[in-house]
This record gives sequence, C-alpha cells and structure tokens, in this order.
Amino acid sequence: MTSPIAPDLAVAPVMPVKVRAGVLKRLLKRPLAVVGLVIIAIVVAGAMLAPWLTGYDPNEQFFDGLTLEGAPLPPNATYWLGTDLLGRDLLTRILFGARTSLIIGIVANGAALIIGTLVGVTAGYFRGWIGSALMRFTDLMMAFPALLLAICLAAVFQPSLWIVAMVIALVNWVQTARVIYTETSSLAEREFIDAERTIGASSARILFRHILPHLLPTIIVWGTLGISTTVLLEATLSYLGIGVQPPTASWGNIIFENQTYFQAAPWLVFFPGAAILALALAFNLVGDVLRDILDPTQRGRT
Amino acid sequence: MIAYLGRRLLQSVLILFGVSLITFALLYLLPADPVRQIAGRSATPETVENIRRQLGLDQPFVIQYWRYVTSLASGDLGRSYIQRSQVTELIVSRLPATLLLMVGAILCEVIIGLTMGLIAAVKRGSATDQSLMVASFIGVSAPQFVVGLLLLYVFAVRLGWFPIGGYGTWRHLVLPSLTLGVLGAGWYARMMRSSMIDVLRQDYIRTARAKGLARRAILFRHALPNAILPVIAMIGIDIGLFMGGIVVVEGVFGWPGIGQLAWQAIQRVDIPIIMGVTLVSACAIIIGNLIADIVAPFIDPRIKLR
Repeated sequence: MTSPIAPDLAVAPVMPVKVRAGVLKRLLKRPLAVVGLVIIAIVVAGAMLAPWLTGYDPNEQFFDGLTLEGAPLPPNATYWLGTDLLGRDLLTRILFGARTSLIIGIVANGAALIIGTLVGVTAGYFRGWIGSALMRFTDLMMAFPALLLAICLAAVFQPSLWIVAMVIALVNWVQTARVIYTETSSLAEREFIDAERTIGASSARILFRHILPHLLPTIIVWGTLGISTTVLLEATLSYLGIGVQPPTASWGNIIFENQTYFQAAPWLVFFPGAAILALALAFNLVGDVLRDILDPTQRGRT
Repeated sequence: MIAYLGRRLLQSVLILFGVSLITFALLYLLPADPVRQIAGRSATPETVENIRRQLGLDQPFVIQYWRYVTSLASGDLGRSYIQRSQVTELIVSRLPATLLLMVGAILCEVIIGLTMGLIAAVKRGSATDQSLMVASFIGVSAPQFVVGLLLLYVFAVRLGWFPIGGYGTWRHLVLPSLTLGVLGAGWYARMMRSSMIDVLRQDYIRTARAKGLARRAILFRHALPNAILPVIAMIGIDIGLFMGGIVVVEGVFGWPGIGQLAWQAIQRVDIPIIMGVTLVSACAIIIGNLIADIVAPFIDPRIKLR
C-alpha cells in the first residue's frame, strides 16, 4: 500500500525493474559467469538424476569392484571413474555426493544469510544497546578461527547432514552481518528514509519497502559467494571425518574414507577433489560477476 | 596513539574473554565425556568418579569456568588431561613449527599473488589478465586438503623431489607452505590487481609518462611501491585464514605444529589443550588485525586512528 503523500518516486530504487530483468541477460554476456552457470547446471542435473545416470546403488559393494588382491579398480568401461576401497562405484558416489554438497550449500548458506541479515539490519537500523551488543558479538565471532570453531561445534553435536548445515551456518553468518550492518547504517542516514519517518511510516514499512530492497543486491552477491565457502567448509569437515557421516556420500568423506589408498589409487582423491573445486569455483565466478553487475561502485575494479 | 592502543588492547582482552567463555561453554556441553577417555573402558565407576573429582569436572559450570579464568589471568592454561603436562609447554613446544610454516606460507602467497596481480594489472583486459584472474579464482576455490594431497602425489610420490611428510629441512617446508599459500595467493592476486589499476589511473603516473620516463621506471619506481602497501597491510588480516588452514594442512603433511596438537586434542576430548589452542589462535587473529589497523595510517595518511 502506497500512502498518497509519499509517492514511491521519491525512493530512487537501486534496482529498477528494467535492470532486474536485465541481470540474467548481462550475466549471460560474461564468459566466466556462463562457465560458472554451466558447471552449476551440470552439478544440479547430476544430483537430481543421480539414481538413474549410472544405474548403480551408491552403497553397493560390487563383487567385481575390487581386484583379486582387494585393491580398488582404476577407471574402466564398467566403472567409469573406478571403484573405491570397498568396491563401490566412484562415479555414483560422486553423483550422490553432489546432493549432499548442494543441500548443505543451500540450507547452511541460506540460514547463515538469514542470521547475518537479521543481525546486520537490526544493529544497523535500530542501533541502541541491542545493536551494539549484536555488533560486539559479531566482532567476537570474527576473532574465532572459523574452522577450529566449526570443528569444535561438529564434535559437540553428533554429526548428521542437518547438524553439519547448522554448524556451518553458525560459523558463516559473521561476514554477511558485518557487510549488511555497514550498508544498513549508511542507508538509515539517507534523506529518503528520514522523509519516510517524518510522514509517520512505521519501522516495518521502512524496513520492508525501503531498506531491504536496497540491500537485495548485496544479499544476492553474498548469498552466491557464500555457497562456495559453505561447500568448501562442508568438504573440509567431512574430510576430517566429523562432517557428513558415511555411508551417506559426500565429496569430502569420499576422500576421507579413501585417503589411506591414495598413493596407489590417486583417482579416489582427485575426482571428488575436482568436483569440490569445480562447484566452489562456479559459485565464485557467478558471484563475482553478479557483484560487478549489481554494485556500480565496484564496477571496473575487479 | 597511546590512548588508541590502550583502548584497542582493552577491547582485545574483552574479546579473548568472550572467546574463552564461548569455547568453554561449548566444550562443557560436549556429549563425549573426557573422564571416560582418560580412565579407559575397563575403569570401575569409582575410578571414574575419582578422576572426575580430581579434575574438578564434578563442579557446576560457573565454578569450573571461574577456576579456568582465574588461572588464565596468571598465564596458566592448565594441564592436559591425557599427557599430564602443562598446556603452555605443549603449545610453546609446537609453536615454532607453526610459525615457520606461517612464514613459508606468507612468502609463497605474497610472491605468487603479487606477481600475478602485477602482471594482470599491467596487461589489463588481455587474455593473460583473464587467465590469471581465473587462476586466482581456482586458488581461492580449491579445498586445501585436495591441494595438499595433489602436491604430495605429484612432487613427493611421483617425482620424489620433496619428502612425503614430516619436519626438519627446508625440503619439508616447501609443499605445506605452498598448499597454504595457494589460497592466499588467489586473494592477493585480486587485491594487487585492483590496487595497481587504481594507482595507474592516478595523475602522477600520467605526469611520469608525460615527462617521458621509461615504462619500467614508471612501473617499478612509481606505481609498484604505492600499489603494494595496501596489499601488504592485508597480511595481518590474513592470519585468520592461516589459522583455519593449519589443522588440515598440518594433518596432511604430518607437520608437528599446534594444528596437529589441536586435532589430536579434539579427538581425545582433551579440553585444556583445545581451549589453549583456540585462545592462542584468537590471540594471533586479534594481533594480526591490530597490526593491520596500526600500520594503515602510515601507509595511507588519509586514514586516521579512531
């Protein structure tokens, strides 16, 4: 509902409708973003079609999946990427592992984004003692070695897919909170927000109609880049054996399970490793181009 | 300056206090029981209770934390539950290895990153620039354990140029430093590129060019020193990144630093060591940030300490 006295013309939106519709088009003009989007599309397709693509069960230990001496098989015609040390098909496990990475990437990063935005907006808009308390807490979290904290947290809770997602969210919201805080507090000082307040707009109206739309580009950019961080963190925790637990396949725990064999069977480390790198790289590439498109102040700098 | 330092130091102490409280609370909530780890499986319930009482673990949380903080104030990090030695001694004995690795990693990332960024900025928009930037993205997107295992496989297992793991000579240092350096090199390359591009746009560079200075002289005498400073200042902030990486990288290479100490302690629920390493890492991060903030005004006089 627009109030008659405050026409929305006064608002000078950061993302006019035309620009918003053009984001995808402009994204597709940048080769690096296209590479990223293609990789993401492949991983998503692989994850969704995992049960049908190879026809193997990810947890089935094939009788012919090991050599007579019990060693894993290198890539061959039957098992395209070879088998792991239990004789399971590596390609199938990697495809199912994509589900783990994507679920954690979306859930954990989504949660971190929500926490970070809530903290940042609350501290930046309402300020007061709650605001300063929140930001002091954020400073405190910045001093934590993130991985060490995640390891401690993962050790505190018995790890499962959702617990790992929660641990990552609890560690990763900090950066977002800082960025959103800085933007919100500078927005809150601007004239058009003052004008809204003067005509008696409620805080909810100001927040949802004026502050959040202006924060959207930042949230989108950090959301995209954050998936990359999340994917890497999940892989690291699972590699240490305290992330997603076997037999559920995750790219990190495939390497964890097989690393004793890695000198004899390096493909068991390199294929899942390449998958982690590709997905993290894809979200970094898309996120970087998005920042370039959505944030005019950064244009030409990166 | 003195007032600023005093305030920052006070803040740092408060932050460390907060870090200790949060970590202590997390470890208190741990479902794994440290006493069971110490006593072993065959211990009688009486032995278990005795050990619990000896370690003061039967006390309520507030009292346990109070004891910890008061001894912390006098510099005592307590004793390891399992090795029975002073945590301070354990950390001090492991610290040189980690610091050495840190120096190696910083050298790697600064040398690789700055070179990449410099070349990219000078050749801005070219294919070289594009590929260097893609390379920097790969650097920041590569999981450290995979980089480590890959380097191990190629340079130690296949080529035999470096040892497979361990500690001692400079040869042992190369691969783990490189592994840690890859991530940072990616960030430095991107920062160096944008900093260099900013500097090359400045009027004094145009003046230098107009008076006919050689390209080399402009780049290395006028542009580079100005572009490099803000990037170098990032090393302080970088320490957080480094502290996160050591648990994984020291594990992959069997490097006897505090990362391995922490990891072993986490697996054995050796709470005093976990607390100690967390606090030392937090200290390193705080000091790194403090140094970065203090040198900032020297690098850019427009920045004022507040």
